[in-house]
Amino acid sequence: MKTNELTLKKAINLLEKKEISIDEVYNDTFAAIEAKNKELNIYLSIEKQALKKAKKQEDKPLRGLPIAVKDNFLTQDLPTTASSRVLDGFIPSYESTVTKKLSEAGGVTVGKTNMDAWAHGSSTETSDYGPTKNPRNPKYLPGGSSGGSAAAVAADLTIVAIGTETAGSIRQPASWCGVVGLKPTYGRVSRYGIVAMGSSLDSPGPLTKTVEDSAIMLNFMAGKDDLDGTTSQLPVLDYTKNLKKGVDGLKIGVCYIDHPQIKNKEVAESTKKAIKTFQSLGARVDMIPTSHNLEKDKVLSHEYAISVYTVVQRAEVASNLSRYDGIRYGADRNDFGKEAKNRILLGIFGLSNIIKKDELVYEHAQKVRSLYIDNFKQLFRDYDLLISPTSPSYALALGATSNDPMFGELQDMLVEPSSLAGICGISVPMAKDEKTNLYLGLNIMGDYWQEEKILQAAWAYEQVNKII
Amino acid sequence: MKNYNPIIGMEVHVQLKTKSGMFCGCKNDPDEKIPNINTCPVCLGLPGGLPVANKKAIEWTILLGLALGCKINRFSKFDRKHYFYPDLAKGYQISQYDIPFCYEGKIETSYGPIRITRVHLEEDTGKLIHGTVDGKKVSLVDFNRSGTPLVEIVTEPDIFSSAQAKEYTKKLRQIIRYLDIGNCDMEKGGMRLEANISLQKEGEKTLPNYKVELKNINSFRFLEKGIEYEIKRQKDILDKGETPTQETRGYNAEKNITYSQRSKESAADYRYFPDPDLPPIRINDEWMNNIKENLPESIDLIFKKWEKDYQIKKEFSELIFETNKERLWFDELFKLIKSEGLVASALVNLIIHKKLSINLFKDDYKVIIEKFKKLTTIDEIDDKMLIEIIKKVLIANNKAVLDYKSGKTQVINFLAGQVMKEIKKKVDFSIIVKDINKCIQNI
Amino acid sequence: MAKIDKKIVEHIANLAHIPLKDKEKEDLATGFNKTLEVIDNLFSIDVLSVGPTYQVTGLENVLRNDEVNEKTTFSQENALKNTKRKHNGYFVVDQILEDD
Repeated sequence: MKTNELTLKKAINLLEKKEISIDEVYNDTFAAIEAKNKELNIYLSIEKQALKKAKKQEDKPLRGLPIAVKDNFLTQDLPTTASSRVLDGFIPSYESTVTKKLSEAGGVTVGKTNMDAWAHGSSTETSDYGPTKNPRNPKYLPGGSSGGSAAAVAADLTIVAIGTETAGSIRQPASWCGVVGLKPTYGRVSRYGIVAMGSSLDSPGPLTKTVEDSAIMLNFMAGKDDLDGTTSQLPVLDYTKNLKKGVDGLKIGVCYIDHPQIKNKEVAESTKKAIKTFQSLGARVDMIPTSHNLEKDKVLSHEYAISVYTVVQRAEVASNLSRYDGIRYGADRNDFGKEAKNRILLGIFGLSNIIKKDELVYEHAQKVRSLYIDNFKQLFRDYDLLISPTSPSYALALGATSNDPMFGELQDMLVEPSSLAGICGISVPMAKDEKTNLYLGLNIMGDYWQEEKILQAAWAYEQVNKII
Repeated sequence: MKNYNPIIGMEVHVQLKTKSGMFCGCKNDPDEKIPNINTCPVCLGLPGGLPVANKKAIEWTILLGLALGCKINRFSKFDRKHYFYPDLAKGYQISQYDIPFCYEGKIETSYGPIRITRVHLEEDTGKLIHGTVDGKKVSLVDFNRSGTPLVEIVTEPDIFSSAQAKEYTKKLRQIIRYLDIGNCDMEKGGMRLEANISLQKEGEKTLPNYKVELKNINSFRFLEKGIEYEIKRQKDILDKGETPTQETRGYNAEKNITYSQRSKESAADYRYFPDPDLPPIRINDEWMNNIKENLPESIDLIFKKWEKDYQIKKEFSELIFETNKERLWFDELFKLIKSEGLVASALVNLIIHKKLSINLFKDDYKVIIEKFKKLTTIDEIDDKMLIEIIKKVLIANNKAVLDYKSGKTQVINFLAGQVMKEIKKKVDFSIIVKDINKCIQNI
Repeated sequence: MAKIDKKIVEHIANLAHIPLKDKEKEDLATGFNKTLEVIDNLFSIDVLSVGPTYQVTGLENVLRNDEVNEKTTFSQENALKNTKRKHNGYFVVDQILEDD
């Protein structure tokens, strides 16, 4: 096995024991990048000094190991473009809190990964720098918006990666690329220094090869930041400590698989297999029926979440993109791509005085959002965890995004409710199609601040369901 | 010729003198001359910057609201107000929309009360100045001011004259300085005045169907003149049977006119929504009580007290202190003076006329009192001694005595002056004159 | 909800300071209408029992002390680093004709 194919846990271990050297890791990683990046279009920029930096980090916990960073995290030594021409060549004068923390822990940003421009999308096809291809099958999309980061992990062009999720942007590409993607509770990880998209939704998180790697990364990423007023004061646990606890005695609810919008039969089938796996591990698993109103013991249909998300997220995006006027940095507003323009205009529309149906659409959407929060609150009183398929389908082929203004929202439909509520969720590989080499992911959701519990369940499932 | 009643409402923006910004840790320094030296990712509107609210700015806003008799919203939030302008770094200003910190207050003026609609908190923008670069006319932007805490005070249209408007804004400044939360230095943009002016036909009960906004006035005099000009301008239009255009106008001091500015249409669509980066504010009883503890007695009350207790007129009180801290220092001094049987109003007189100089907070009260005594106490003098000295002076000034006897009575002042010189003490002038009279009669 | 036509798109584009070509306006009008159809379901669900969510975290009163933070303050050089149009420490824009 080449050293770039190692998991984080294993690599740290071997470096500690001096069975491998950090030079080897970077040699192998850069060789892989050299071989595959052109075709897959994963990295937009590469840190050529990475090995040099790594050598200064060797006695820190992450031992100088490479981290692929989504191009919406501001990094002082590499350009940050959010995959948009508006920020072409923009080299920030300050560092994001998360990349700073990871650096302090010994990690090294090896490169900035491709994404949907401004994080608007679920395919990475809307990048102004061309789509990223799914390493499992390059005719297909990797998902998005953290498609580049997910692909980097799947292709072993890094040891670990980080991305952000507004609604599905970590979990969905993780599921399409067959890797692990963790969306922590909103407020668990700082957003300071990340190009803002949906301010009330954005959650930075790790994309990794294994669940254990995810737990290690969360340890270093999480925590209160005085520079981000929406971060929680709750203490950061050691998420690796009780990772292997198992799910014996837990109550798990299954959501959404009865929905007609899930057209691919395999999705429901593999989820049912996952149910059996959890049962065999000692958990009690119930199917939770879907309802179109807030009802006890029923999960509120994701259909409204799509609408809420569309309105709220686009309004926040339009607002957050107002600062790009070309005066202090970046190009002017002419350079926004089509998808960005769409989102901005629809966002402003939702906030404007033009359509007033008794109240603004935005405010109304935020009320429906409250329904989702109440729904999860009630369900988590009875259940420890909720599971669902991450995505309604396998990865779609290149070119699928064009001409459908609702593409992103539809692909993310199953994860949007949890994103709106701000609760945590993790996607782990669930099934693999032997013909196409493409993957499906299982989405395990937990109540606010229950990252430990979802990691435990994910780890237990991962041990049994070895499909990679 | 019809008669009209001016209907005026005012919006005043005041910079708070906090050490740091409203939503970031940049230095709040209105005197900084070097441009773009106090900026950060937040106030410069860089990608990824996030605001965190300044607690002191919030407390001072509420303090001002309380001083203006306002009700306080115990639950409040910040909203984003969107518009594009080069000095607005984020493309939106963080302000307050529907739940301002303070509302429904009142301020008294000699012309009647003015209702305060609201007092809310927001951030200031950067500054734009004109310049030329490579022969081309450009605007230069400095973001030092961006993110400075700004309080906005809005009144109901309860102002009826330019004089009342001037009194109102002067009083507002006095209160803000008294609370020591802002310098209100108009030349530096620390206080900015805006007036909404319209005319109501006499006898009409409804408000006029238009209003003209007079903006960016930076002196009380210009406010007064600008309003007066506007009233006349609008009267002329209304007399013709037309309605003045609803618009924004500026004031040109040189020509003493108001002029139309390139303005946006009536209701701008600011697309307000609550800022998701800023958790809402809930002021519980404990916090509220803490803030109230810092609220000094109303300045009007102090003026009344000093008039009653020390016979110091308001116009003089206004001249010797600005902040509450200064007032308290004088309070202690006056108490001490009164307890020694001395007259506080006399001390104030001396201070104002610069006969007695004091260093606030630094001088020892006892030292001040000693100085005061020296300047004002009438010394005792033995009457016999006085007569002796008078006789001496009369003998030495024979010509003056003859002048007096021949009818030039005013020469007595000269004689009294000579006596004063001899005595070298401060004696009651009238006693000297009386005694001189007595003596001269006997000559 | 109002049907979106080119005029509304233009108005929104003005508010957004986004320049659009004619074809783009047409495409956007179609796209908007499609989106409106999807989000129409928002108005078919009962929301009387809830208020709007503005903060999922439930956090309140996250405030900072009134202190200067030298660590986050930029030098003038850094502040101007990413713009091509600068002069004597200022950012430069084409002249704004509105009086200040």
